[in-house]
Amino acid sequence: MNLGGRAWRSRLIMGTGGFRSLEELEAALLASEAEIVTVALRRIDATRSSASPLDVIDRLGLFVLPNTAGCYTAREAVRTAQLARDAFETDWVKLEVIGDDRTLYPDPIELLEAAEQLAADGFVVLPYTNDDPILARRLESVGCAAVMPLGSPIGAGRGIDNEHHIRLIVEQAEVPVILDAGIGTASDAAQAMELGCDAVLCASAIARADHPARMAVAIRLAVEAGYEARRAGRIPRRLHAEPSTSPLGLAELGEHA
Amino acid sequence: MTVRINGEQRELDDVTSVADVVRSLVGQAGRGVAVALDGAVVLRSDWESTMLRDGARLEVLRAVQGG
Repeated sequence: MNLGGRAWRSRLIMGTGGFRSLEELEAALLASEAEIVTVALRRIDATRSSASPLDVIDRLGLFVLPNTAGCYTAREAVRTAQLARDAFETDWVKLEVIGDDRTLYPDPIELLEAAEQLAADGFVVLPYTNDDPILARRLESVGCAAVMPLGSPIGAGRGIDNEHHIRLIVEQAEVPVILDAGIGTASDAAQAMELGCDAVLCASAIARADHPARMAVAIRLAVEAGYEARRAGRIPRRLHAEPSTSPLGLAELGEHA
Repeated sequence: MTVRINGEQRELDDVTSVADVVRSLVGQAGRGVAVALDGAVVLRSDWESTMLRDGARLEVLRAVQGG
């Protein structure tokens, strides 16, 4: 996959949020074979453990994708991206600008504003967006390196609520489409890829599974399976059966005329 | 002087740089630490030369798990 001007082997991007320990995170990262992983920025708390997911990520040689999780305005998100650029020496950002804390849906107005500013400032902007084809097109037109529509709300695990919207976004996009948010299990990831997404970003489904490393394997395989199925070209859905064994030459053995 | 560091009031010497505060919180700050002063980024290369003024608001951030 080509994303942000670089070639990547893996089509699974992993979020690091929600893991119960750094050991579980590390095992899942290894099992996922992901190359790109997200992290967040939060206040240093000198009274708490200083173990950082960055130690794990750097040890495994993975590519850090900072997010702007928790930002409600374009201004906050732009500043967070600038902080992340300094902290991680990267101009890549997973842009999140949310509208409320019940749905965690993006605020499309603020999101577009932030995306435009960051892209103009030279960032590789990967926006977490609503599954709205028009907004996706606008994000692409202001210079985003990909569009990352949600399947269903962050952490909801419902999979893809509206596959028609994902299909419409895929159909028009000239940048990679990355299904971000909503994956609950492996089949959801396969579905996203079958719909033509270029990659899947997954955090909670792996981190909060009973066995995160196993789920990481399952979702990695599902992403690969869905990608291959998309390229293979599926048969159409039909109302009636289509025999797989030819009726030609069938023996007459009963009264069934 | 009084400054706010990560939301908490702190009394500091009159001559304190951003780098001094970062060191007091994390020791030698490696990758994954970022600082905002009154809402704007202070680049790592400017930490030593940026002095705090009375009433400054400082945010010192680090990498955490996030999706």
